[in-house]
Amino acid sequence: MAETPHAARRPRPLSPFVTIYHWPVTMATSIVHRVTGCGLAAGAVILAWWLFSIGNGFVPYNQFVGLASTPLGQVILFGLTWSLSYHLLNGIRHLAWDMGFGFDKSTASFTSIVVIFGSIVLAAAVFALAYTGHGGFYR
Amino acid sequence: MSLETPLHKVEGLGSSHSGVAHFWRQRVTAAALIPLTIWFAISVLGLTGVNSAAAMTFLQHPLNAILMAAFVIVALYHMALGLQVVIDDYVYTNWQKLSLMLLMRIFAFAVGAICLFAILRIAGL
Repeated sequence: MAETPHAARRPRPLSPFVTIYHWPVTMATSIVHRVTGCGLAAGAVILAWWLFSIGNGFVPYNQFVGLASTPLGQVILFGLTWSLSYHLLNGIRHLAWDMGFGFDKSTASFTSIVVIFGSIVLAAAVFALAYTGHGGFYR
Repeated sequence: MSLETPLHKVEGLGSSHSGVAHFWRQRVTAAALIPLTIWFAISVLGLTGVNSAAAMTFLQHPLNAILMAAFVIVALYHMALGLQVVIDDYVYTNWQKLSLMLLMRIFAFAVGAICLFAILRIAGL
């Protein structure tokens, strides 16, 4: 059949990609759960390094603590602390969903915001305790 | 009408050929990690700024050694299950997917082996 010139020029519909959507907060918490999970996988190397250095004695342990105490080390450790806080809190949210609780739109959006702020508060609290001398109680 | 063969139907494993095993393992390890992570976070906070001797003494306590080993094993298993889904989602080429799956498992086993060796060495075994 002969096509009209107008219809021929019209672009074909494309399937939408994530960049096309207005991001609801639940979309952000979902992808951040995956990102923090991958970040924590990298953090597992630091955990192994730390545990290994403890048994390695005074000098290697102090080397680890020295590197961890640098500004970059502290930024990385704060990132891991926040990632663990976030993955823990959002993981509890996921488990609640799996048991059938809180999966409606308004509750899921509300708990998203609770998880975002809660994880920041939790990570900041851990660092605040450490920096104000309330850490190191297993001396 | 179902196109499933009778055998496939009674096996109940669906198109994944592994049923809901992965789903359950991810949830069970997640639930186990809630108390373990809280214990781990308190322990690491309690060990900030201490010297290596104090950290050794802490991890030489049987309860702490057992909990640290449990945390490492369950966390790394949970990590492998999670990374498996990430690879499944983003890698389409078969040989690349297979290679990455193997590398990811080698990574999990290697990190786990180092952690467990370190814990046992500290415990003096």
